[in-house]
Amino acid sequence: MDAMITLTLNGEPVRLDLDPDMPLLWALRDHLGLTGTRFGCGEGECGACTVHLDGEPVRSCGVTLGEVAGREVTTIEGLSPDGRHPLQLAWIVEEVPQCGYCQSGQLMSAAALLAAHPQPSPGQIDAAMSGVLCRCGSYARIRRAIQRAANPEVHNG
Amino acid sequence: MVDADPGLRLSRRALLRLGLLAGGGLVLGIGAADAEQTDTPDDAASTFAPGAWLRLHGDGRVVLMLARSEMGQGVTSALPMLVAEELEVGLDQLELEPAPVAPDYVNRLLGEQATGCSTSVRDAWGPLREAGAVARTLLVRAAAARWGVAPEACRAHRGAVHHPDGETRLGYGALAEAAARLPLPESVALKAPAQWRLIGTPQHRLDTPDKVVGAARYGLDVRLPGMRYASVARCPLSGARVSAWRADAARAVPGVEAVLAVRHGVAVVARDTWSLLRGRAALEIDCDPAADPAADQARMETRLRSRLDAHGAALAESRGDALAVLEQAERVVEADYSLPFLAHVCMEPMNCTAEVSAERCVIHVPTQAQQRVLETAQRITGLAPERIEVRTTLLGGGFGRRVEQDFVADAVELAQRLGRPVQVVWTRADDLTQDHYRPMTCHRLRATLDAEGLPRAWYHRIVGPSVLARLAPDEIADGLDPTLVEGATALPYALPALRVEYRRADLPVSLGLWRGGARAHNAHVVECFLDELAAATGRDPLALRLALLEDQPRARAVLERVAALAGWSQPPAPGHGRGIALATGYDSLVAQVVEVAPRAAGDGLRVARVWCVVDCGLAVDPDGVCAQMEGGIAFGLSVALGERISFAAGRVEQRALADYRLLRLDEMPEVEVELIAGAATPGGVGDLGPLALSPALAAAIAAAGGERQRALPLRLG
Repeated sequence: MDAMITLTLNGEPVRLDLDPDMPLLWALRDHLGLTGTRFGCGEGECGACTVHLDGEPVRSCGVTLGEVAGREVTTIEGLSPDGRHPLQLAWIVEEVPQCGYCQSGQLMSAAALLAAHPQPSPGQIDAAMSGVLCRCGSYARIRRAIQRAANPEVHNG
Repeated sequence: MVDADPGLRLSRRALLRLGLLAGGGLVLGIGAADAEQTDTPDDAASTFAPGAWLRLHGDGRVVLMLARSEMGQGVTSALPMLVAEELEVGLDQLELEPAPVAPDYVNRLLGEQATGCSTSVRDAWGPLREAGAVARTLLVRAAAARWGVAPEACRAHRGAVHHPDGETRLGYGALAEAAARLPLPESVALKAPAQWRLIGTPQHRLDTPDKVVGAARYGLDVRLPGMRYASVARCPLSGARVSAWRADAARAVPGVEAVLAVRHGVAVVARDTWSLLRGRAALEIDCDPAADPAADQARMETRLRSRLDAHGAALAESRGDALAVLEQAERVVEADYSLPFLAHVCMEPMNCTAEVSAERCVIHVPTQAQQRVLETAQRITGLAPERIEVRTTLLGGGFGRRVEQDFVADAVELAQRLGRPVQVVWTRADDLTQDHYRPMTCHRLRATLDAEGLPRAWYHRIVGPSVLARLAPDEIADGLDPTLVEGATALPYALPALRVEYRRADLPVSLGLWRGGARAHNAHVVECFLDELAAATGRDPLALRLALLEDQPRARAVLERVAALAGWSQPPAPGHGRGIALATGYDSLVAQVVEVAPRAAGDGLRVARVWCVVDCGLAVDPDGVCAQMEGGIAFGLSVALGERISFAAGRVEQRALADYRLLRLDEMPEVEVELIAGAATPGGVGDLGPLALSPALAAAIAAAGGERQRALPLRLG
């Protein structure tokens, strides 16, 4: 098959025999078994499907396999090897999730924020995190957990 | 350590069932009050197990059957805490398994096996602690008998019974079979609050670790061999039928396997979700009727408003002769309020996965109403209930939407007809346009003001379409739909003369249960109106409420405490405004103060801070209660500031999230929550958090010099 799409997914090379027009979200969920990336709207409005593309947060419902070919994709399953990314730990300490459905998108957005701004200001947090909807209203805890992850010495010392 | 206190008789002893578990173990069930009572310790596990709440396996595993749905409200932690506390196991030693449908799992406060209306902890508070205590008592007796010592001298701790010698111990697994052969105790000692190590102490939620690594499994994550994905196009009007459909373009989409008419529309079936969504987009359906001029926003609003003056209404509550007092009063304040239709908008779109064969039906579904799912499947397949299995997944939000059966019916019908597992996926547009909405309502409030500025007579007319007309018409008595009047009646305020009435005005829109129900409507208008009464006489809105709450110590306490937190006695900064509101329900109370401030740039206001004091009696999981309040404030703010469903010729105008404004993180104010325990037993909290937010915000906007707004959503200028 010469139409194979290759990409790096959570650090591993992947070859896919799928339509290059398929949004990454559906390849992840229906063909690769990575259901941690959530479907909330398919219209780029809710942010639940946020993944990293070459380290940048993108809506996986809005990028096609053709567009991610040859690039690096990280999903919530690959955010850390052991589930102990500082944000994942902070999310547990602060008890951020309620229903939890949006939280993969929240965490991937927050991780991209901290990668760019290790000590984000409140304004930077608001700007980076307002694209992911949470119907349960975990926003106050998301802010606290990001601050905790960014300042472990303040919270854990 | 548990002291023996044999004085506490088992209130539910007759409902307890003890049995042997295959492989050596103990099962303990708690029957529903009206279920068949069997009290035979030798019940075979095969017949007993369907009703079991608690299983102690011979290998030491302790399994709690979770009979309530986890939709974010925290039952996966609060209910295990109740059992673990009395059973003397750690939360880390307890395994959870979603319960199947069985009479023993009926929520006694709802009368069916379902989750909602802030009932889970209140319903489980007695039975789950007693189940834990009974099991622990039996395990201790079994150990004592084996050792030949007095049970009172033994101690249960972290899944083992400890010998009085301080060294010897036996794990629960080794004792389970012997314990299961003992007679049920006549009485058990429940721990005194001072002995609790879990209840009332912040605990880490058991479902969080999976949720932060993407391993949590919701309905849409179910994957079965040979499964197909399906989506049903429905007519936009409730009651309309598909008159024609064109499927050639849909069938031409690679991956689409079938397009077929089903009971509720036309279904597209595909090999993956992307093919499915493309097929759905390519499918065209014609409906009869194609439009409904009656389901038009302006017409429906006019219809409701006209009923504010119409003769005749169902009486919800009456005290004194409020109408006569109002007639003769010198000073009367009157205000009309209106609230829009709202959608639920769970972040996980509606979905259901079903497998149906001639012998068996298995349904994997994020549902709040397991019993209804079983009945839906029974109705469609004709299978006997024991051949139908309901497996509850995690719910990506519920808010009352997941009580409904439309998505379940789609999946069962398609799985049966296709003879293979089917996952029905609703698109976001389906979710917004095919919801069962919170009803649009109009309210008229009228009150007299005496020389002290206190209302002597109170009149509240609620006008709106009936919710129960579709869901439970039998529960409408004398024209009164309780789901429209809750929160308007039984107010804590001292109102000597009062008349609350409901005028039904049905609209051609499907309505459903929605977080907080009518309490959310009525808390808004009642508290807004109190603020207007205070403003009419220049009285402080807190002082007015306190004057009406002289014999309501719990209500006074939450108001006084939230006022103290917010510095209510000090005037806010220039340009700022503060509002206060109280709401009650579910055996709980909440008071909130909202402060608005001028926007840094440009005109208008922003919501700067919210203070919240909640009295839910005993908070089983205090941090969980805080989370419900914080989240409830966000939810209430979302409703207050942006949510609205409207109709044009019968069609919902909001087809995407871009059209239905939900609160985003940058709009979230600073929030401070404090708990007060005004009772020794738990009240509900899941529906409570949003109730006081919108009236407090409306009052804050008015206090900041803004317009007095009587319609939701509110404008911040």
